[in-house]
Amino acid sequence: MNSTLNWLFDPAHWSGPTGIPARILEHLGYTALTVLIAAAIAVPLGAIIGHTGRGTFLVAGLSNGLRALPELGLLTLLVLLTYVGLLPVVVALVILALPPILAGTYAGIRNVDASVVDAARGMGMRGSTVLWKVELPNALPLILGGIRSATLQVIATATIAAYVALGGLGRFVIDGNNAGAGSPNGYPQMAAGAIVIAVLALVVEGVLEIVQRVAVSPGLRNVATRKRTARIWRKPTPDLVGRST
Amino acid sequence: MIEFQAVTKKYPDGTVAVDGLDLVVDAGKITVFVGPSGCGKTTSLRMINRMIDPTSGTILLDGKDIRESDPPLLRRGIGYVIQHAGLFPHRTVLDNVATVPMLTGKNKRAARSRAAELLELVGLPTEMGKRYPAQLSGGQQQRVGVARALAADPPVLLMDEPFSAVDPIVRDDLQQQLLRLQSELDKTIVFVTHDIDEAIKLGDRVAVFRVGGRLAQYATPSELLAKPADDFVSSFVGRDRGYRALGFLTATGVPVGPVATVKIGETAAEPGWVVVVDERNRPLGWLDQGSTSDAASADDVVSGGSLYEVDGAAGTAGSLRNALDAALSSPAGVGIAVDADGAVAGSVKAEAVLEALATARRTGEVPA
Repeated sequence: MNSTLNWLFDPAHWSGPTGIPARILEHLGYTALTVLIAAAIAVPLGAIIGHTGRGTFLVAGLSNGLRALPELGLLTLLVLLTYVGLLPVVVALVILALPPILAGTYAGIRNVDASVVDAARGMGMRGSTVLWKVELPNALPLILGGIRSATLQVIATATIAAYVALGGLGRFVIDGNNAGAGSPNGYPQMAAGAIVIAVLALVVEGVLEIVQRVAVSPGLRNVATRKRTARIWRKPTPDLVGRST
Repeated sequence: MIEFQAVTKKYPDGTVAVDGLDLVVDAGKITVFVGPSGCGKTTSLRMINRMIDPTSGTILLDGKDIRESDPPLLRRGIGYVIQHAGLFPHRTVLDNVATVPMLTGKNKRAARSRAAELLELVGLPTEMGKRYPAQLSGGQQQRVGVARALAADPPVLLMDEPFSAVDPIVRDDLQQQLLRLQSELDKTIVFVTHDIDEAIKLGDRVAVFRVGGRLAQYATPSELLAKPADDFVSSFVGRDRGYRALGFLTATGVPVGPVATVKIGETAAEPGWVVVVDERNRPLGWLDQGSTSDAASADDVVSGGSLYEVDGAAGTAGSLRNALDAALSSPAGVGIAVDADGAVAGSVKAEAVLEALATARRTGEVPA
């Protein structure tokens, strides 16, 4: 533990292109790219399925199916199929991020009180207006919940980028593992990397919570805290970092 | 005017919700659709704004077949109030009310100022406009629902069991408010309820539906009570038909007699039952002066039953039902009549009510 803290607070590890700050930025970069792509796919898809009620089987099927994929195996397969680089990493992470966002959006739209939707139609809103002005704003707590949940999973799992020679905080974990038990850059580095990932995840969670508070209508605030069911989608971090976090 | 012509709604599973409905809803009146659940009353209502399309038959709105209108545009011209109000939880009360004016292209400022007027019209303080629906009571939400339906000033208002989810006292309040609004606005209102008392209280005409989506009787409330078309209607209309029919006869012919009163804290001049009143002559209850000769104190007052409102100056009076109930519910055997300010105006006797009823029968005011 002591050697982990020594490693963590060594000034040499806090500067330069291989220092902790640079790695954090890389890590956040992968995460942001992944979550943006996943949201761009899952939010419209979940919204359309929730609004029309058609294709509901897709939500359950995709969510469970995608969640069952082993992330590391998937990445290896994607690298073998394509090349060593950012693309396979982002694809693997997007596949991880899709289910919670899809499920959150779908559930959010479906959970909008039927009488509210009935009133909206009865007052003369067209289907698209109902979706944009009524369903999506009311689904926002669950949509953002799904995005938060996806973001945390991706932060934890983006470590695998280092597995295929990319950067990010996974570098410390992988390099530490490779250096072995005896080296000062071995397990202490690995543990320090894991700690930084965990702290980063908590900080990002806090920031997203503030974003959610600002974005969601005050009229929905009570509902937002009551219906945080999207959290069930958070799955344990993969084995690679699981034990040390 | 809304006209149903041989309208039938049949679902793919064979259920017939509405079966050959022919009915004319009068313009500027409240028409109530009433019946047990599964009688097609709500389906009939929802066919007017095309939330449901009939399987066959035609519905005319002011002579025009509604199938010729684009549903969203049709609906913007028809107010719609539903059971749980269906307010948008993410919008403030003011923006909820401004919904339809905004949809029809009014600018935000104009729509909001109109919304504020409507809140006042339905008896809510304008400051409430800043709140969100979740911060309102059920009754307040329903008032906002009515305000929202009236915002674009539609000639027609559809109300689907709007008051059935609130408690009886609030419901009574909302019903009075609707009648007051209607006396000012003269909308064509179609009102759905399963509560026959509500139907009789609010309706200018009442359509009683039976299970299977057939119209059992379409008549004025007093006709419905006096001459139910068949056993189904008479059992649906329920008990005490004769007594409830008294609610449609005004008691202008019932004489208001004198009554002894005593101010609280003073001693009555004569023995027997006296009405204890406050400084402004409003009744507090009855006192049996035979049991005590002390000054009237609040502890001795027996609560006085219902009050019968009569306005001597305007020549108006409550119904025979009010007068009779005041007399029957009073411990002294005579009812207290009060004026518009709530001050004691005199007394009313049950016998006098029965005499007035007999007179009304002779003159043909009561349908025989």
